[in-house]
Amino acid sequence: MSKFTVNGKAQNFNGDPETPLLWYLRDIVGMTGTKFGCGRALCGACTVHVDGTAVRSCQIQVGDIDGQAVVTIEGLSADGNHPVQKAWRDLNVAQCGYCQVGQIMQAASLLKDTPKPTDQQILDAMSGNICRCGTYPRIRAAIKRASGAA
Amino acid sequence: MTRTPEITNVARRSVLLGLTAGSFVLSIGLPARAQEKKFGGEGMPGGVKDDPKLFLSVAEDGTVNLLCIRAEMGQGIRTGFQTVIADELGADLGRVKVLQAPGNQTKFGNMDTDGSRSMRHHFGPLRRIAAATRQMLAEEAATKWGVPVTEVKADNHGMVHGPSNRRLEFGALAKGAAARPVPPQDKLVLKPVSEFRYIGKDVPLIDNLDFTTGKAVYGIDARVDGMAYAVVARPPVLGGKVKSFDAAKAMKVPGVLKVITIDPPTPPIVFQPLGGVAVIAENTFAAIKGRSQLEIQWDDGPNASYDSVQYRKTLEEAASKPGQVVRNNGDVDKALAGAAKRLTAEYYVPHLAQSPMEPPSATARVTADACEVWVSIQNAEAIRTDLSKRFNVPIDKVTVNNLLLGGGFGRKSKPDFASEAAICSHAMAGRPVKLTFTREDDLQHSFFHTVSVERVEAGVDASGKAVAWLHRTAAPTIGALFVPGANHEMPLELAMGAVDNPFDIPNFRVENPEAAAHTRVGWFRSVSNIPHAFAIQSFAAELATELGKDPKDYLLELIGPARLIDASAMSDAWLYGEDPKRYPFDTGRLRAVVEKAASEAGWGRQLPKGRGLGIAAHRSFVSYTAVVTEVAVGPKGEITIPRVDIAFDCGAVVSPDRVRSQLEGACVQGVSLAMLGEISFKNGRPQQTNFDGYELTRIDGAPTEIRTHLVNTGAFDKPLGGVGEPGVPPVAPALANAIFAATGKRIRSLPIRDQLAGKV
Repeated sequence: MSKFTVNGKAQNFNGDPETPLLWYLRDIVGMTGTKFGCGRALCGACTVHVDGTAVRSCQIQVGDIDGQAVVTIEGLSADGNHPVQKAWRDLNVAQCGYCQVGQIMQAASLLKDTPKPTDQQILDAMSGNICRCGTYPRIRAAIKRASGAA
Repeated sequence: MTRTPEITNVARRSVLLGLTAGSFVLSIGLPARAQEKKFGGEGMPGGVKDDPKLFLSVAEDGTVNLLCIRAEMGQGIRTGFQTVIADELGADLGRVKVLQAPGNQTKFGNMDTDGSRSMRHHFGPLRRIAAATRQMLAEEAATKWGVPVTEVKADNHGMVHGPSNRRLEFGALAKGAAARPVPPQDKLVLKPVSEFRYIGKDVPLIDNLDFTTGKAVYGIDARVDGMAYAVVARPPVLGGKVKSFDAAKAMKVPGVLKVITIDPPTPPIVFQPLGGVAVIAENTFAAIKGRSQLEIQWDDGPNASYDSVQYRKTLEEAASKPGQVVRNNGDVDKALAGAAKRLTAEYYVPHLAQSPMEPPSATARVTADACEVWVSIQNAEAIRTDLSKRFNVPIDKVTVNNLLLGGGFGRKSKPDFASEAAICSHAMAGRPVKLTFTREDDLQHSFFHTVSVERVEAGVDASGKAVAWLHRTAAPTIGALFVPGANHEMPLELAMGAVDNPFDIPNFRVENPEAAAHTRVGWFRSVSNIPHAFAIQSFAAELATELGKDPKDYLLELIGPARLIDASAMSDAWLYGEDPKRYPFDTGRLRAVVEKAASEAGWGRQLPKGRGLGIAAHRSFVSYTAVVTEVAVGPKGEITIPRVDIAFDCGAVVSPDRVRSQLEGACVQGVSLAMLGEISFKNGRPQQTNFDGYELTRIDGAPTEIRTHLVNTGAFDKPLGGVGEPGVPPVAPALANAIFAATGKRIRSLPIRDQLAGKV
């Protein structure tokens, strides 16, 4: 039995403890905001926060997060108005939108730890998140906007 | 298990189609068109429908419901359709709801979202749909007020009568308007361009809130009551099959429900599943774990020796000899023999995988008399056709619910993954099954971009003018999917830059030697334009260097004076399906984007050591693109791209911000394929399995700044061009030309990767 919370809600999971948090969220809880991209922590589409840190949920086994707090895109803000979400909308960052939930979770984590990131800090923090549509220039601009720098 | 609210959202279309009280639907179709050779949307399977009753309804609360027949895959088409309808109708943009049409080409006309055609083919029909609806609402208002309809005007979701200062909202007029006849096409009055409120302006993205909150529902997110989950172990080599397998260990994995075999396809393979062994389980992870425990012996079949290193030599050999002539003007051999100078170069572009971030996935429910699929697909009709045949049910009993696409780029124009989901559901006696490709599955079993060797030879006279051009293009064809053994490029592949080359050279020949396909070759964003443009635009710069001329000036010299070239003069038998009379090759427009990109980029400016500018231009999907790229090459050969300027002429623009975003994305995708992209085969198998081997450009490798320059955006009197794809082709040659300018090293083979290491 693994006990943890997702967006503040208590979870008790009795199944295969090797189940990745990604598939637990998507298939078992039915929260599909967190996306599958590669299954090997190479693309960042599945990024969530565990105890406040951005992690790839495809690499986190549910059996290993006992007592921890998971926040997904659905719980990042009550009304979708986290500064990162707002900046993403202001600049129409998304094209297909699929990777953007992971990008937003990664960017929110960056700005929590580094409220005024330099260009290099943005590149370093975001280089684990692939966007096949190629929205990178707008992602950079949106992070700056959310940080109040632009 | 509960359904997500978003599936209800998909079901909401039934409100429109089923017409609950309060909605109105227009009821009379427009007259049939004359029978003649058809181009554009009319020439597509299913044609174009512009009967407003099919697509638009107005509810009594004023909500306008629009049924969108194009798949949304990041191009912003849902916003684009909303924009056109709201503007022409005189509606408030925010009160136009966009619902996704279920697949039905017979009813709705062509729904195949590819070829950069959505707005090009539907701008006119959408305006007619909205104008007809507006006129019916106006007639209803005029009748109510007892005034001439000519005195009634649409104004922000209502009708107004100026002389008596009266107003009725659309909602109040909806029911009466619904009973009126649809005006015939020759009575439709389109809004003057000068009165556009939304078209040509930037509007909010319709899906923006959903995109940023995780509420957007993609094919892979479909949730249907009681569904199971599946993955498939497919033959690692095209044409292979299962020799034997043991599922005992797989069946012991907790959650695994069933293991089934899927038959290998019989030729032609078209879009059929590849066969193999499917594992069906209670969740995706259990299915993946179960698959890892399968013990399968494969018979690799006839493509087991496919080897990219060897195959490149085969293509080079083919390109070294004469091949099938596909365009011939003048006498190239004579002109080459008499040329003052001759130059030859050969270019290589490997296989690529589209690899959309959402891998292929579909959920299907197959019962005795009906099939239903929830999926992200570019071409829903392909699923309907396949499942109707496969399960012997009438096509009307095959429902395809189109969800958002997490990228497509050509991969999702093939329905193989939906067929697999349906086979699994059928094996589970009608229990719904979600089939997911893992990333490994996606990269091993794509419909790959072709691999090509392009050999170009030119002769110039004593004054430096090009007098002869010989281009040999050798590449396996998409046609081999449909015709086993096909080994020449199809007209549509040749007419992606190879034959439709406007260079002003009197002696011009294009040849297409044989090339056999040993894997599935399919569409990849901008398709054969990629290798053709890479070769032609690199070679143009090589010629300039050889002659000591400026690459931009020489490119303009090759393009020649502004003129209109008929497709037939270039042996272009395709022209993207468009009417040659409406879409001549306008070299003036190509010249104009070259000039625009060059001036915006500060062409000719002094740059520090290790920096360079490169230029390339290309017409594709009847739009004109020019790119100037600035590169910076470090002491160890490391490449960064500080800036790219893209000038683009697709004619009139509906959504400027979405056109810009497509160009930005095309630029990054072009950089990605130029710098990193390669799928290589050994022993018949792709050697890349995930994003560690098949690398894509990440934020730190993307251009720092991409500046887009749109020209001719107000040309609403001319036919529209494509947007989604034409940004891609000139990116790789502009980059290679910039690298040459920076370093003197000529890139003729993609990907670039570390080709500069130790050579700068």
